[in-house]
Amino acid sequence: MRLLEFEAKDILKKYGIELPAGQVVSAADGFNFTSPVMLKAQVPIGGRGKAGGVIAADSLKQCRAGIKNLLGKKIRGYHIPKLLVEEKLEIEREFFMAITYDTVAKAPIAIFSPQGGVDIEILAASDPGKVRYETFSARHRLPLYRAKEIISETGVTGKRLLALTVILSKLADIFLDYDATVAEINPLALTKEGKLVALDCHLEIDDDALFRHRELGEIAKGTNRVQPERTASEFERKAMEIDNLDHRGVAGRVIEFDGTMGLIIGGGGASLTAFDAVKAHGGKPANYCEIGGNPSVLKVKELTKLILSKPGVEKIAVIMNVVSNTRVDLVARGIIKGVLESGKDPAATVAVFRIPGAWEEEGYKILSKYGVQFGDRTCSIDQAAQLAVKNFSE
Amino acid sequence: MAILADENVRVIVQGITGREASTFTKDMMDYGTQVVAGVTPGKLGQTVHGVAVYDTLRQALKEHPAEASVISVPPALVKDAAIEALENGIKLVVVISERVPRKDTIAFLEVASENKARVIGPNTLGLISPEKIKLGMAGGPVGDVKKAYMPGFVGIASRSGGMTTEVANLLTANGIGQSTCIGIGGDPVVGSNFLDLIPLFENDPETKVVVLFSEPGGVIEEKLCERVMAEKYQTPIIAFIAGRFVDDMPGVRFGHAATIVEGDRGTTKSKISMFNKAGIRVAESFSDIVRIAREYIDA
Repeated sequence: MRLLEFEAKDILKKYGIELPAGQVVSAADGFNFTSPVMLKAQVPIGGRGKAGGVIAADSLKQCRAGIKNLLGKKIRGYHIPKLLVEEKLEIEREFFMAITYDTVAKAPIAIFSPQGGVDIEILAASDPGKVRYETFSARHRLPLYRAKEIISETGVTGKRLLALTVILSKLADIFLDYDATVAEINPLALTKEGKLVALDCHLEIDDDALFRHRELGEIAKGTNRVQPERTASEFERKAMEIDNLDHRGVAGRVIEFDGTMGLIIGGGGASLTAFDAVKAHGGKPANYCEIGGNPSVLKVKELTKLILSKPGVEKIAVIMNVVSNTRVDLVARGIIKGVLESGKDPAATVAVFRIPGAWEEEGYKILSKYGVQFGDRTCSIDQAAQLAVKNFSE
Repeated sequence: MAILADENVRVIVQGITGREASTFTKDMMDYGTQVVAGVTPGKLGQTVHGVAVYDTLRQALKEHPAEASVISVPPALVKDAAIEALENGIKLVVVISERVPRKDTIAFLEVASENKARVIGPNTLGLISPEKIKLGMAGGPVGDVKKAYMPGFVGIASRSGGMTTEVANLLTANGIGQSTCIGIGGDPVVGSNFLDLIPLFENDPETKVVVLFSEPGGVIEEKLCERVMAEKYQTPIIAFIAGRFVDDMPGVRFGHAATIVEGDRGTTKSKISMFNKAGIRVAESFSDIVRIAREYIDA
């Protein structure tokens, strides 16, 4: 879960990291500013500046107009319910620091660059010497001397080195204390007055650790923290409702495509394999999905009906890996019921059924009864996909 | 021969009285795995499928020496259970539990590394060395395992639990047996990834070829290729990568920090081009795995 900037900054403040003076607002009145300010949309995404979510205001009038403008706007699919209004500082230079996990080294990693700013990734690629990163122990944390070693490698010295060291070590503490997966201060600004101030902060909390941070779960309630890759279609929304019909198994992760081959595929790895195979054989899928974890007959039935209700979809292909948890007979029952309730003939509608594994004999019996063609474990996933494409074109 | 575990390994199940653990304990024993004891705090004196339950691992080990532990406990308790196993000298820990906080995983992996022990998972279905041992849920009940797996010369390491059995089944259906088959676990950080497992297969005289099942995301395949080129491993590797269509879809946006660490990698295109560069054979279709594996088995 990504914290909003002001939520993340509240945490930095607790650890004694300096911030610009600021105030969270959700309306254009009720406050007064004497100095120029920055208006920053509080939405859980990166690149807000480039998306028009951060604007400068030099007068109270500009400020009010800017707030009104931003609060009514949407950026990358997010409404802006709140703004952070912050004093605009005179900046001498900018640093970058972050903590995340190196998944290959299996350790937290601290990253520092004496050149912060928005294009830090480009800098890391073009001038790797300007970005220093080193792993450290999650149990022994990032002691001051390690933080100092990392920063000094980039050529920073003098009293600046000492001040930065303290902040990097604190950021590592925040990362670990809050079960973050990303803790980033960018830019960390050196002001004209010689102070180091966190201008922006990105804190991403491990969803699997939220049970230890109930206060964070609370603040996120009712707000949209899931980054929408794309807006869900009506078809996809209906599929989500089906997956929520009961808690047994999964019949979801539906993505709509513009073809006419209805797919009921699962589990995770096998869905990817089957979808690739269908495309490789020239098939045009109407959808992607993942079923697994022994979904209820009801869910499979409803998903079948939904896919068959899509204009142009006359047939479906059912493909899963050899299952040990999901019961073949229950999936078969759901498919047959769904086809029948759609007013169609199972034998003509199910282009292929390939799910070997637990309770397969019972499943095959049901399929045979309705004359549905099925592949057993000797028919591989891509052979099943090939057969499906062939049967679709008939 | 097999890697990680063979028929001589004695196993303790932590969290044995849980519904899922009790089921896979029976499946493991039916397959011939030596489950010598179980642990669930507060349940000393109970039995699960004839296996004695103890309050602590240390207590269990006093009566029943063991080399491996399979952990299936609630996510919040996994770290403590894993460290309990490691500090009591267990050298192979298989963590079945899902949704383990990442910081906890990292913490017990640090302990494992200090104790020179190996961890599979978290979020894994487990592993199977056919007709020798089965650790965890992999393959399901004994009847199903016997249909999908048979002993032989192909090692399997898979990022997908279900596809571990699917790959084994494909090979078995074509008369090709397996040495050891491992679901490495679905989390971003797992105890034994491709990079850790390839050297073990390399040192196993029985494994003639290794099949990797990959998915989009992460950089483990890219890192593996760098290692394969540097170390000049002799054991041939076949990679199958599922989810090629994902490259064409709006991807997950990483933060600055992740991008710096991982670079512009993680797509299936990037992985395939690295595989090619490293001399790792890429199976273009799933069935293609069989054709390529035969070249090495028959050689």
